[in-house]
Amino acid sequence: MTTRPLIPSVPTRTDGPFSAAYAQLESREQAVAPAWLTALRRAGNAHFCELGFPTTDHEEWRFTNVAPIAALPTHSPEKREVDRSELERFTFGQMPTYRVVFIDGSFSTTLSSSELLDEGVEIHSLKTAAQSNLGWVQKHLGQYARADENAFVALNTSMMEEGAAIRIKANQHVKTPIHLLFVSTSNQAGATTHPRVLIVAERGSEARILESYESLTDGSTLTNAVTEIVMEEASHLEHCRLQQESTSAYHVGTVHAHQSRSSNLITHSISMGGRIARVNINPVLDAEGCECVMNGLYVVDGDQLVDHHTAIHHAKPRCNSHEFYHGILDGNSQGVFNGKIFVRPDAQKTDAKQTNRNLLLSDGATIQTKPQLEIFADDVKCTHGATVGQLQEEAVFYLRARGIGKEAARRMLVHAFASDIINRISIEPVRVELDQIMFDLFERERSA
Amino acid sequence: MLEIKNLHAQVEGKKILKGLDLRIQPGEVHAIMGPNGSGKSTLAQVLAGRNEYEVTEGEVLYNGHNLLDLEPEERAREGVFLAFQYPVEIPGVNSTYFLKAAFNEVRKHRGEPELDALDFLSLVKEKMKVLELPQSLLNRPVNEGFSGGEKKRNEIFQMAVLEPKLAILDETDSGLDIDALRLVAEGVNKLKRPDNSQLIITHYQRLLDYIVPDFVHVLYDGKIIKTGGKQLALDLEERGYDWLLEEYRAQTPSQQPSLAGAR
Ligand SMILES: Nc1ncnc2c1ncn2[C@@H]1O[C@H](COP(=O)(O)OP(=O)(O)OP(=O)(O)O)[C@@H](O)[C@H]1O
Ligand SMILES: [Mg+2]
Repeated sequence: MTTRPLIPSVPTRTDGPFSAAYAQLESREQAVAPAWLTALRRAGNAHFCELGFPTTDHEEWRFTNVAPIAALPTHSPEKREVDRSELERFTFGQMPTYRVVFIDGSFSTTLSSSELLDEGVEIHSLKTAAQSNLGWVQKHLGQYARADENAFVALNTSMMEEGAAIRIKANQHVKTPIHLLFVSTSNQAGATTHPRVLIVAERGSEARILESYESLTDGSTLTNAVTEIVMEEASHLEHCRLQQESTSAYHVGTVHAHQSRSSNLITHSISMGGRIARVNINPVLDAEGCECVMNGLYVVDGDQLVDHHTAIHHAKPRCNSHEFYHGILDGNSQGVFNGKIFVRPDAQKTDAKQTNRNLLLSDGATIQTKPQLEIFADDVKCTHGATVGQLQEEAVFYLRARGIGKEAARRMLVHAFASDIINRISIEPVRVELDQIMFDLFERERSA
Repeated sequence: MLEIKNLHAQVEGKKILKGLDLRIQPGEVHAIMGPNGSGKSTLAQVLAGRNEYEVTEGEVLYNGHNLLDLEPEERAREGVFLAFQYPVEIPGVNSTYFLKAAFNEVRKHRGEPELDALDFLSLVKEKMKVLELPQSLLNRPVNEGFSGGEKKRNEIFQMAVLEPKLAILDETDSGLDIDALRLVAEGVNKLKRPDNSQLIITHYQRLLDYIVPDFVHVLYDGKIIKTGGKQLALDLEERGYDWLLEEYRAQTPSQQPSLAGAR
């Protein structure tokens, strides 16, 4: 393990709204929460108090200033009734899935699929799972995501209350995708949720899981989500995360995956919403023969900032990781991509590949892209490449030479750049729906 | 159909075309041959409207209109088609989607109704048969991962769908095996009509066995230095370019172009 550098941060005021929120939760939960959960939260809070919100002096946060988040008047959103019809317009909203819906952080029985259960899978609201002391939940929850390193993970851990606990049973292939839909409805600044998801893919199991984050209004809400994925031997999982909150919202999301022998993980992170959106994806390949694919697409405009930090840990020999991230930035938006690849001394025969390509559609848009390879084994294959640029003029000319107008050709190519990532999703209806979003965004004739 | 008068063109300050004249009547097939680097592709790109190539002198009339005034897409809609020497790969753009968009642009321009997805697909299938292209290529992004020969055949397939009036083929035969060559030639010949013309750039006589040219031109040093019938291609195949270049240099002693790049 690398040693942690001295981390400059803003010590969190013990009387601030974030601390007050924790104190409130603790007293409210005192009577009902199992002791192990209370202990987890306490530890999370201790880490959060120690770490504080990071500043831009922090290596991991150089380009993403979270001061606006730290200054939010954080509070639990007020309860609001949401009608099923309001969900239908959301992406994946009408797709046949096992749908689990959270409104402002609370699990909604009425909006979730009634027949949740396929015999191969168990899905619980985290609150219920914790209160009934499910052994596998107790065993895994909070064991992977690093509350000691990341203030937002620590904050989520201290505040975790609701979310989903999913267990794909051994050797079961769950065909229908599982869809976790997190909706923020509040237009109050600082309305905050800390969704927590635990996914356990038992040995030889196979499943597809979608997580989508949406807003119903354009409040400056905060979503601070953490997903832990545990993959046992020879399990297969495709995980697709879509962040489409309002452009006033703040979103921080961390996915931490722990892979056992011969497991195969495919993650997609599509980030389009948020005023500031930060996504961390951290897979740990902790046994031989693991495969990990990380795809990502960020599409931003206006004053949005989108930041992806991925860190893949090759801990054992003969594992492959392939990472493809594309960014499309317009207006005055800012993009950050940081791709770490750690190859531990043990991890011989690692094959790691990373590509980050960015299209800047305006003079005001910027991107900071940085590969970060730390390789301590000698027999490895690691490649990385990053590009920042405009459209390839040769391709524009090729399309025009066939009769397609200049603007239409450009739009077609921007869409194609997005499709290149979308097409890597194996779930067809997901691919079709996301591609339609990209088509509407880039190719549909705009009235001038 | 096409009249090129005293065409001069340069790229990045380098003069490539230096007074080229060429006249193509409807229904004619013209072949252009010439050593590497003599300016053949430059001519093709100028005709297609690539703006990196700057025309400094001369004019090009296409059906009586000034071709150089038109944007590349307008030329295409007017029936000019360039089969590229090096077709570009376009990841993420589906072949069928692309071709349908192009096809409907051309139809719109001609005042014809656009074809819907189904009618277009049956048209496309029919054309693919002629070129014996696997239909799976249609579901892939434009040219992405196509073999060299598939790319060339795909150009001719697009041509067959778009039915241009003036087709310019830039070394479409290079990299094709004998069977593919025959298929490509068949595709080109199917398009031949009294009101269509073809300009075929090639290094090899063998294509001209299948597509019989009315005229063969030799391009060298940015100009047409010799024009003949199909016999000229046979002579070149047998004797190479040296005798012609010597003849040319004898006529223009003031210029001594370097032979570098000539085969
Ligand atoms: N974009 C460019 N920048 C600089 N030089 C160029 C460019 N395009 C063409 N040239 C030069 O112009 C000359 C003519 O090139 P062109 O491609 O027209 O030749 P060609 O006759 O098609 O050759 P070949 O038979 O090899 O295809 C060459 O010397 C080439 O290097
Ligand atoms: Mg050429």
